[in-house]
Amino acid sequence: MNYWAVLATTVGIWVLLALSLNIITGEAGQPNIGHAAFFGIGAYTSAVLNTRYGVDFWPALIIAVLVGALVGALLGLISMRLRNDFLAITTIGLNFVTVAVFQTVPYFGGAMGIGGIRPPRIGGFTFGPLELALLSWVAVLLVVLLNYHLQRAWFGYALRAIRDDEAAAAAMGIDVRRYKVLAFVIGTGIAGLAGSIYAHFMTFISASDFGFNISVTILAMVVLGGRGSIPGVLLGGIVLGMAPEVFRFISDYRLLVFGAILVLVMRFFPSGLLGQGSRLREWLVGVFRREGAGVHVR
Amino acid sequence: MFLQQAVNGITIGSLYSLVALGLTMVYGIMRVLDIANAGAYTLGAYLGVWAYTRTHSIIVALLVGAGGAAVTGYWFQRVIYTPIKKVADPIVPLVASIGLFIVMEDLFRLIFGPYTITFPAHLPFNRLTLGSVVITGTQAAILIISALLFLLLWLLLNRTKIGLAWQATAQDTETAMAMGINTRSVVAFAFILGYIFAALAGILVAIHYNAVFPTMGDIPSYKMLAIVVLGGLGNPLGAIVASMIVGLAEAFVAGYIGTFLPTDAIAFLALIILLLVRPQGLFASGGETR
Repeated sequence: MNYWAVLATTVGIWVLLALSLNIITGEAGQPNIGHAAFFGIGAYTSAVLNTRYGVDFWPALIIAVLVGALVGALLGLISMRLRNDFLAITTIGLNFVTVAVFQTVPYFGGAMGIGGIRPPRIGGFTFGPLELALLSWVAVLLVVLLNYHLQRAWFGYALRAIRDDEAAAAAMGIDVRRYKVLAFVIGTGIAGLAGSIYAHFMTFISASDFGFNISVTILAMVVLGGRGSIPGVLLGGIVLGMAPEVFRFISDYRLLVFGAILVLVMRFFPSGLLGQGSRLREWLVGVFRREGAGVHVR
Repeated sequence: MFLQQAVNGITIGSLYSLVALGLTMVYGIMRVLDIANAGAYTLGAYLGVWAYTRTHSIIVALLVGAGGAAVTGYWFQRVIYTPIKKVADPIVPLVASIGLFIVMEDLFRLIFGPYTITFPAHLPFNRLTLGSVVITGTQAAILIISALLFLLLWLLLNRTKIGLAWQATAQDTETAMAMGINTRSVVAFAFILGYIFAALAGILVAIHYNAVFPTMGDIPSYKMLAIVVLGGLGNPLGAIVASMIVGLAEAFVAGYIGTFLPTDAIAFLALIILLLVRPQGLFASGGETR
C-alpha cells in the first residue's frame, strides 16, 4: 500500500509540474526549458522556512507559491525583450544558475542539501504516505479545474492569440505584456506549489533534484502529451511519471527508450499525441462521435 | 601568469569555437538549435580513439571521426530535421534534438561502456617555452588545427559557390530559393560541415584531456548554446569572437579569482545579463528577423 501511495504522490507532483508548464509553453507559447528552477525555488523556500525558522507546512506552502510566482514574474518581464530561441536559452541558463546557487551557497545547505524537513500536519496529526498522495492529487484536481476555467475565460483566448501571432494579438487590443507575465506567474506559482509538496514529501532535498534533465522531462511531458491540451498533458505527465517504475525491467535502456520516444513523437506527432491536429486525437474524436451518433438514433 | 592564462584561454576558446561554428552553420540556415550537435562531438572522439588505437595516426583518426560525423549529420537532417522543420513551432525540432542527443549518449554508454577511455596520442609537436609561457604540444596542435579550420571555413563561405549559397540562404531563404539556389543541398552542406567541426573538436578535446567518456558532450551541449547566442545566433564570426571571450573569461576567472560559482553558471549568468542589455546578442546575425 505504501509503495502505491509513494508512487501516486510522485506521479501527482510530475503532473502538477507538467500542467504548470503547459500554461506557459502550451497556452501562451513561451518556450521554457528551465521549469525545474521554479520547482527547486518552491522546494527550497519551503525547506528553508521549515528547517531554519520552524514554519509549518501550510504557511510555507503559500510562501513557496508566492516566491515561485515572483521569480516567474521576473522571467515574464524578461520574455518581453527576448523571443523564441533567445528566451529558450535564457531559461536553460536560469536553471543552471539556480542549481549552482543552491549547490554552493551554505545557507541552502550547499552540496549537502537540506534534510530533516517535517511532513505536513494538521493539529497533532502528521501526514503519512496515504495523506500525502491525497494531498498531491487534490492539488492536481484543483489545478486541472483552474486550467479549464482559464482556458474558457478571456485569459485563455488572449494567451492562445499571443501564442499564434503576438503582433496580431497586440493589434487586436490584447495587453500582451500583462497576459504573458500572468501566464508566467500562474505557471511558476504552481511549480512552486509542487516544489513545496515535494520537499515535505521527500523530507530531504538537494540541488541535483532540480537540474536541467528534470526540466527536459517536464517539457517532454507537455510536448509528448500535446501542448495546450489538458487531457494530453495529464496523459504525458502520468505516463512519463510512471515510466521509471513501469520500465524497470529494461532499466538499462530507459534513457535510450525515452530519447527515441521524444524523437519519434516529434517526427510523427509534432503537436503531441493529443494536441491540436494530431492524427491520434482526430481518430479518437471520430470514434467517440460515432458512438455518440449511435446513442442519438436510439 | 597573465600571458599563460591568455594562452590557456585562447586554446579553450578555439575548441569552443569549433563546436560553436557547427551549431551556427546549422542555425543560420535552419533556425534549429541542434543540441544533438554535441553528440557528434562525442561520436568524433570515440571514432577517433578507435581509429587511433588501430593505426596510430592522428590524421587517420581525424578523418575517421570527421567522416562518421558527416554521415550522421547528413542523415539526421534528411530523416529528422527537414521533415520536422515544416512545423512552425520552433520547440518541436528543439525537443527532437534533445531526444537525439539522449539516444546518442546512451548508445555510446551501451556500446563503449560507461567508463573513461584514454586517448594516448603522440603529437608531432614539441613543448614550446617562450619566456615564462609554456605551450604544450597538444595546445599547439589545437591552435594550429583550429586556425587551419577557420581559414578553410572562411574560404568555403566566401570563395565557393556552396558557401555563397549558404550566406544567401542564411540571409533570406525565400529569396535564395527564388534565385534558383538549391536550399536542400545547402541545408545538407550546413549539417555535414557542422557535424564535422564538432567531431574534430571532440577529438582534439579528447587528446587534450586524454579522456573519452559517454557524457563528455553534456557540458558543450548547453554551453555552446550560450556562446552561439552571445555571438548573435547564426553569425560565424560572432561565434568565434564569443568563444574566445568565454574561453578567456573562464581561464582568467579560474586563474585569478578562483571559483565562487561553477564556471558554467558564470557563463550563463554573463549571458543572461548581456541578453538583457543587448537582446540580439553581441553581433546581430544577418539573418531574417525573428
